[in-house]
Amino acid sequence: MSLLGLVLTIFVGSMLAALVSRFGRLHAAWLSGVVVVVALIQLLFLMTPVIDGETTIERWSWIPTVGLDLVFRLDGLGMLFALLILGIGLLIVIYARYYLSERDCMGRFYAYLMLFMGAMLGIVLSENIIQLLIFWEMTSLSSFLLISYWQERSDARNGARMALAITGAGGLAMFGGFVLLGEMVGSYELSVILDSGELIRNHPQYLTVLILILLGAFTKSAQFPFHFWLPNAMAAPTPVSAYLHSATMVKAGVFLLARFFPALSNTPEWSWLVGGAGLITLLVGAIVALFKHDLKGLLAYSTISHLGLITLLFGIGTPLAAVAGVFHIINHAIFKASLFMAAGIIDHEAGSRDMRQLNGLWKYMPHTALLAMVAAGAMAGVPLLNGFLSKEMFFAEAVSAATYLQLGWILPALVTLSGIFAFAYSIRFIHDVFFNGEPIGLPKTPHEPPRWMKVPVEMLVALCLLVGILPTLTVEPLLRIAAGGVLQAPLPYFDLAIWHGLSPALLMSLIALIGGLLVYSLRYPLFRLHDRFEPYVQASKVFDALLRALHALAAAITRHTDIGSLQRMLAWFVFSALVLGISGFAAGDGILRGPRTTLPLDGVSLVAAAGVIAAALATVLLHRRRLLSLIVMGAVGLIVALIFVKFSAPDLALTQLSVEVVTIVLLLLALYYLPQRQLPESGLWRRARDGLLALAAGGGAALLSWAVLTRPFTSISDYFLDNSVSGGGGTNVVNVILVDFRGFDTLGEITVLALAALGIYAMLEHLSLSGPTVDRRGRPWDRDVHPAIMGSLTRILLPMALLVSLFILLRGHNLPGGGFIAGLVTAVALITQYLANGVRWTQARLPANMHPVIGVGLLLATLTGLGSWWFGYPFLTSTFSHMHWPIVGEFELASAMLFDLGVYLTVVGATLLILIFIGMLHSGDDTEHKPAGESA
Amino acid sequence: MTTHLVIAPILLPLLSGILLLLLRRITVRWQRGLGLLALLAQVSVAVILLQHVLDGPLQVYALGNWQAPFGIVLVADPLAAWMVLITALLGLFALLYACQGADRAGRHFHVLFQLQLFGLQGAFLTGDLFNLFVFFEILLLASYGLLLHGSGPQRTRAGLHFVVINLAGSTLFLFAVGTLYGVFGTLNMADLAVQIRQVTPEQIGLVRLAGLLLFGVFALKAALVPLHLWLPAAYSAATAPVAALFVIMTKVGAYGILRLDTLLYGQGAAADLLDAWLLPLALTTLVLGTLGVMASTALRRQIAWLVVLSVGSLLTAFALGGVNGIAAGLYYLPHTCFAGGAFFLLADSIARRRVDAGDRFAPNGVLVDRRLLGGLFFILALLVAGLPPLSGFVGKFLILRAALDSPAIAWVLAIVLGGGLLTIIALARSGSVLFYRSVPGDNPAEKRSQAARRLSTELLPVGGLVLLCLVLVIGAGPVDAVTRTIAEQLLQPEIYIRAVLGGSGT
Repeated sequence: MSLLGLVLTIFVGSMLAALVSRFGRLHAAWLSGVVVVVALIQLLFLMTPVIDGETTIERWSWIPTVGLDLVFRLDGLGMLFALLILGIGLLIVIYARYYLSERDCMGRFYAYLMLFMGAMLGIVLSENIIQLLIFWEMTSLSSFLLISYWQERSDARNGARMALAITGAGGLAMFGGFVLLGEMVGSYELSVILDSGELIRNHPQYLTVLILILLGAFTKSAQFPFHFWLPNAMAAPTPVSAYLHSATMVKAGVFLLARFFPALSNTPEWSWLVGGAGLITLLVGAIVALFKHDLKGLLAYSTISHLGLITLLFGIGTPLAAVAGVFHIINHAIFKASLFMAAGIIDHEAGSRDMRQLNGLWKYMPHTALLAMVAAGAMAGVPLLNGFLSKEMFFAEAVSAATYLQLGWILPALVTLSGIFAFAYSIRFIHDVFFNGEPIGLPKTPHEPPRWMKVPVEMLVALCLLVGILPTLTVEPLLRIAAGGVLQAPLPYFDLAIWHGLSPALLMSLIALIGGLLVYSLRYPLFRLHDRFEPYVQASKVFDALLRALHALAAAITRHTDIGSLQRMLAWFVFSALVLGISGFAAGDGILRGPRTTLPLDGVSLVAAAGVIAAALATVLLHRRRLLSLIVMGAVGLIVALIFVKFSAPDLALTQLSVEVVTIVLLLLALYYLPQRQLPESGLWRRARDGLLALAAGGGAALLSWAVLTRPFTSISDYFLDNSVSGGGGTNVVNVILVDFRGFDTLGEITVLALAALGIYAMLEHLSLSGPTVDRRGRPWDRDVHPAIMGSLTRILLPMALLVSLFILLRGHNLPGGGFIAGLVTAVALITQYLANGVRWTQARLPANMHPVIGVGLLLATLTGLGSWWFGYPFLTSTFSHMHWPIVGEFELASAMLFDLGVYLTVVGATLLILIFIGMLHSGDDTEHKPAGESA
Repeated sequence: MTTHLVIAPILLPLLSGILLLLLRRITVRWQRGLGLLALLAQVSVAVILLQHVLDGPLQVYALGNWQAPFGIVLVADPLAAWMVLITALLGLFALLYACQGADRAGRHFHVLFQLQLFGLQGAFLTGDLFNLFVFFEILLLASYGLLLHGSGPQRTRAGLHFVVINLAGSTLFLFAVGTLYGVFGTLNMADLAVQIRQVTPEQIGLVRLAGLLLFGVFALKAALVPLHLWLPAAYSAATAPVAALFVIMTKVGAYGILRLDTLLYGQGAAADLLDAWLLPLALTTLVLGTLGVMASTALRRQIAWLVVLSVGSLLTAFALGGVNGIAAGLYYLPHTCFAGGAFFLLADSIARRRVDAGDRFAPNGVLVDRRLLGGLFFILALLVAGLPPLSGFVGKFLILRAALDSPAIAWVLAIVLGGGLLTIIALARSGSVLFYRSVPGDNPAEKRSQAARRLSTELLPVGGLVLLCLVLVIGAGPVDAVTRTIAEQLLQPEIYIRAVLGGSGT
């Protein structure tokens, strides 16, 4: 038997309730009842040491490194709350079984209810405050589910969302407070925290922590100005209201005040914040309650008021006030639960909760009426009922607090005022509902509810009487244990007598009684006054407006950034790159030009540079004339190839050249499908912005190259030169780097190529585009799509081109060439066939299915790499040897050549696949191959 | 075999991808079987690898037997192994979902999926900056193919934007790598780290410039503000399992930033490279992500914005730094991958059942399966909003705790907590429209789609990912110990450097 077990019992009960309801409507109710009883029995056993004044602590390791373990604690305060949660919980379980109608899903209700109950238990039994917070937020979440139980009703959904937003927000604030508090104290555990009051109060961050934690407590216990969620939560089924707003949810807030009382209280900040919030809430709640025509609305505001009362008591801060606070927690839980249940019965059996309709129910349901009247009397603070005792203590505390405050008389005066209204609304609850003439326009004739629906109410009302009449015998031991748990210190002297003699408190009670009667008799003019001002003072409207404004803001900001514009994204990207680059460079010495001596300028370089610049400029200027700008762009590529030649990099030049050819052909093919119409040009300032960005980025890139190239350069490339022959077996270092030193890069790059081909294939496969049939001036395309001379010439050229590519492939390891270049050359040769002879002619002779070629190429390259495993070497380790064949002579065989063959195949396959499929696009259907070449 | 363990997570998806390409004529059932088998193998390998590097020294694999810094090396340190495991797990469940039919919406899904994993795992394991670039290219092309999977104008448009902006990113990557190579003449990351540590005053401007450009590249991948604009459209357009897998892609960027911050620019005169940038940008990302979540009018878009938001949280953790910050981020990372991935899958299941409204937040006929769908939605909402008692909360707690020593504690507290609150408010709103508000009327089409597939099997992958999140909560202690080990190792780059370069590294 353990505290963890106790909490888990309820959670498991929640899951079981959801499961068993499949087998019968009432199973969930029965099961929940049994589970709660089992939990109560466990609690009774666990309580024994607490009654002897000990605190039970249980620990399970969770995340020990950050001080977050599952630690449970049972002391007087926790015990009191656990009893309330489970005891009243059991009554609610019974009551709800009769309250819910045939159409309501029992399993869901009880599952949520038990989930909530378990979370509440978790709060009051937590030793670790982060763990407490976990349960705390779970109550917010499960109360969301409970309040929105009748999902089809919009008031239920909105009420639930509001409750979640407010209490969730408070919980998160509290989370922040707890994290800070834990840092301050060095532990998240209550036993340490409660002993460190002195340290906490003197810490510079005390006020921050206090406010954050109080935000949690105040939102939960509906303190002004966060009170408005509670009346809106009345859309929940009444058993839920009875549970949440008497013993549990809202009491979690005051529980927190009680829990941290030794650690945080006893400072002016505490008194002002807690006392102030409590006092305002007490008054506002009491006054508004009178004006609510809805039975549950009245009870809701009364709850708010009573929570204010308890908060004010803790705010006063004396030990005796804390004792009174704990006492009122008990009493309020008892009478408010019974009142809500009574209101539920009335709603259930009379079909309305509107006090303007409900009149004279005494005649129809006398038994219920009697119960409700006793409970309402307790709420008003009538002698011989439990509410009276704690209210007297409260009045007495208000008076004694007044003695050490400036303008102290205000406190008792305001408290008495709240007492007047409390009396008035209690009288209204009794008189309007049960007397005051006959019912007006009720949907059905009221009658007594089923027997067992009243039993929970009877039990609670009996408690009201018992506590009220015999306090010392009934509640005092429990109160002493609980108050001891709050104070963590010896209790002050107090006496729970009914008669204390003629005290100021008694006088205040009397004034409240008489004043209450007076206010009630003046209620109609007051209602009219209220109706005039009500629309202006609705906090929930303010909240809704706030939330709406926030949503509007979010939508506006998101709409303005996330507009799906590629230009916008690129502009941000270029801008970011510029800012990052400049700020990075500026952090250094800021000298652009390095000390390296540059080569002398020569004419060839100048011409090439001028050519590149001119071509780039022309591309920009001609961007409206796509074909022309494409050709000019090709010139840039060709000049780059020439530059490679000048700096003796034949491999690069060859690659650049073949890549250029393939790319231009591809682009030409794609160009064909672009729409002919002119797109609107961007506005002037957009063009100016983009132009500036482009200039800055281009200039930046040039300066960066200048800065890098003018600095001395030492690199690892000497190693490659030294090891190319001995280690890689090839004299063409570029190729050895590609297939050996950095073969893994090449494997990746051919995968990229394959992926590009596959991606384009997947995209185009079912795509059909209609290309234009006429050119821009309206002239039809030339009918003669395959010039005969070109066709014949390319057919003759094909074998020669293939031979050349094979040659390039084979010699690649030692002389300029290699798989990549060879693959591109082959691809160009084959593409020429398509261009010159048309797709249909070519496909009849050449398989269009390039997938296997790509696959085999990749596989070959990968398997070559894997082959080295066989010899106990890492992936892609190369080997080579020299062979001597008769006639052929001596030649070299390197495993890297096999790899290069893979590269070759992949390049050929991928390039052809892309070209063929773009070319066949407008035929739409690849079974019917129309000539593609005509498009170019 | 243990000698080849490091490369196994890379070769497995590569070989399966090639096989699937060659065997593309086999039935869908066989393709699925093969793909799933490959992923199961990847998960197992990843587990073994993680165990190895946690228990023993980190493992270096010299490709082609060329030693660093001359050849390309793969390095399995705890961080890399952690990322590999997360990727494999997410991939497994995404593929499982895809195998229920989404894979048939276009060609080559399984090939592309495996090659995407090839790119991901390679990016995590490589110890060479240029090789990282190559893997980024593989990632880009594979994800472009996957993004287009299922076709349609919306996907094509999103795909175009995605590929163009990412190609711009690749170009910038080349500038950065080129600059570093120009200054130091080396590409090996450990070697670069050594050189950057000993940077001379003449070099420091260029070196910082290169570092910040790299940061820009990774920030683009990670969708850090203001480079986040490509993400919402791309992720909300992608097919569900693809979107689920994409959740890890932003984490590749985050991984890059972490490596940049701890290894390459971990020490020396340029060690403060990211200090001024990362935290403010991460927090801004959080704010804008939250606003995007609030402003979304459809579920998939909302989840995409949640991914942006999670990037903000993750990078906030990394920016806070130290063992606490990095460990918090590394705890948060798998959580957000699994939860985000599961959410995309669930959104698909919901959208397909809402015949009229799809995933838009508009009333629709009553969902027949709203109990199960709604329950999972609720759990996932708690996960992504970071509410107790699930892993999101633990992650958030760890992040806040790491922020305690930071001067920006107030900002971090306010933004992280406020973001969580607004997220849950937004998701409560979405949930109540999706599941509570309904227009009356029976939907025959819905019933038909209902009969077509059994929901519970369909949601198995979602359940699996949620279960992983539960493991993260229940096993938070051991997981936190692992992430702490990883973080501690990251903060001692000498370990990495010495393993790669041998004794000369220090």
